[in-house]
Amino acid sequence: MTSLPTTSDKKLGLVIDLDTCVGCQACVTSCKEWNTGGHMAPLTDINPYGADPDGVWFNRVHTYEHSCDGGDGGDRGSGHRGERGRTVHFPRSCLHCETPACVTVCPTGASYKRAADGIVLVDEDKCIGCQLCSWACPYGARELDAVVGVMKKCTLCIDRIYNDNLQPEDRVPACVAACPTGARHFGDLGDPLSPVSRLVSERSGVDLMPELGYGPVNKYLPPRPRAADTGSAQVLALESAAPDGGFLGWVDRVLSG
Amino acid sequence: MHPAFSIIFFTSATGAGYGLLAMLGIWAVCGRLPPDRSIGLASLGLALALIVTGLSSSTLHLGRPERAWRALSQWRSSWLSREAIASLFTFVPTGLFGLGWILFERTDGIVAGSGTVMAASAVITVVASGMIYACLRPIAQWNTRFTVPAYVIFAIMTGSVLLAAILALMGSADRKLQYVALIAIGLGWIWKRATWRHNDRLGPAATMNSATGLGGGQVRSVEWPHTEENYVLKEMGYRIARKHAEKLRVLAQLFAFGIPFVATALASANGGGIAKVASVIAVLAQAPGILVERWLFFAEARHTVRLYYGLELPGRP
Repeated sequence: MTSLPTTSDKKLGLVIDLDTCVGCQACVTSCKEWNTGGHMAPLTDINPYGADPDGVWFNRVHTYEHSCDGGDGGDRGSGHRGERGRTVHFPRSCLHCETPACVTVCPTGASYKRAADGIVLVDEDKCIGCQLCSWACPYGARELDAVVGVMKKCTLCIDRIYNDNLQPEDRVPACVAACPTGARHFGDLGDPLSPVSRLVSERSGVDLMPELGYGPVNKYLPPRPRAADTGSAQVLALESAAPDGGFLGWVDRVLSG
Repeated sequence: MHPAFSIIFFTSATGAGYGLLAMLGIWAVCGRLPPDRSIGLASLGLALALIVTGLSSSTLHLGRPERAWRALSQWRSSWLSREAIASLFTFVPTGLFGLGWILFERTDGIVAGSGTVMAASAVITVVASGMIYACLRPIAQWNTRFTVPAYVIFAIMTGSVLLAAILALMGSADRKLQYVALIAIGLGWIWKRATWRHNDRLGPAATMNSATGLGGGQVRSVEWPHTEENYVLKEMGYRIARKHAEKLRVLAQLFAFGIPFVATALASANGGGIAKVASVIAVLAQAPGILVERWLFFAEARHTVRLYYGLELPGRP
């Protein structure tokens, strides 16, 4: 049923901190590792060791340079116009939107949004691989598994977060469990008092492409403004590498002679 | 967007087929459709051949064609599902219309009545086709008020050019129909040029700032997540070179509108052999012309996911 549920009080999702993400790709590989044996398995690879490898991934980390001189994105107090770019690592995956057009365009009922927790999923047994959902997703979150012939996407690790065989602390998505800097947070964004919701309000978390009106549940925390004195450390001048006099000068003359 | 030939052929061929059915229905209601059985066989046969090959071509695009029947289930929310249902429903009035015309050699009365339903459901099918593209907000060039009328105009245009050629070839040339075809070609030409003019000024549906949540300043892609092209880039990263697009636009206008317009005008001004040759030329020119137009419809459409890969230059449409 591709009509959207009228209510989903619970909105499970991720909060991703662009300030602390270091672009290590651990979330990418742990996602691939878990999910190639999980709910949407396999995450097929095509020609993985050949000249033009291809394959299905649910999570991809981009790297951007954000030059903040022109706007309000931070670096207030910096006098170096145009010089204060910073590197931002940006994990991109399904945002489990509140009004996901990828679900409503689906002609077969394979795509659906769960009323119980808001997770957007694909029923692989119903999907015909028409790929219209991938066109409808502005974020590029859905990928075709060309070998199986169906669309695949992030499941928010439904086979981990409700898995009684795992220790309670492990019942989080694989990407969250893997992140070494704690840049990924999992929780209920429908509850304004949940830790993730408080994190979003404290750090002014943002929606991606809010102008398209998809209402993404996942939020991104922008990098914190830099302190005014960073980037100009005081260090002593280095000694000359080719001294003229003294002991080192004598050694240099002997060795050069 | 990646211009997949199966979809380009599907939309062009079914557009012409449903346009031909719509014109047959309208012409029957107007009482101008000759009740001759052989004309019925030729025109309905051609329309159904275009529709059936087009629909079959669309299943080539599916990862799991054997499950295509499932696409009939989600008419409540999905335009693709509505298109599938409307396209199949159209076979019902078309069958009744064909029975009346071919078996009983009648194109009036109850046969014209089923022709009305046939024309209406053919147009609804084409509208649903257009809505599949027009409702996609990530693709600025499709998500405009131009898309749905374009599908309807091109269907009526190709349908009337086909019907005019069939009637001319079978010795029942109809000058009024040729005028309708001329008006449709002119309208299609104007509509396509207006669409291109509008789309050429469009930027992406979002910005790199809003796509990444990094407000203010400039965001520049320095590293992709992968070294080779992935599904997302192959399907939605496609962009045609500007110089190629310009050449193809000239070709599309020449073949889809220019030559068919002159040939149809020639056919309407002359009778006999010249009219037959000219109306066949109109059809033969328009077929590749519409395919090029449809190829450009896909190739010039740009998806917001390109922003994540730094493929949209800031401040440039």
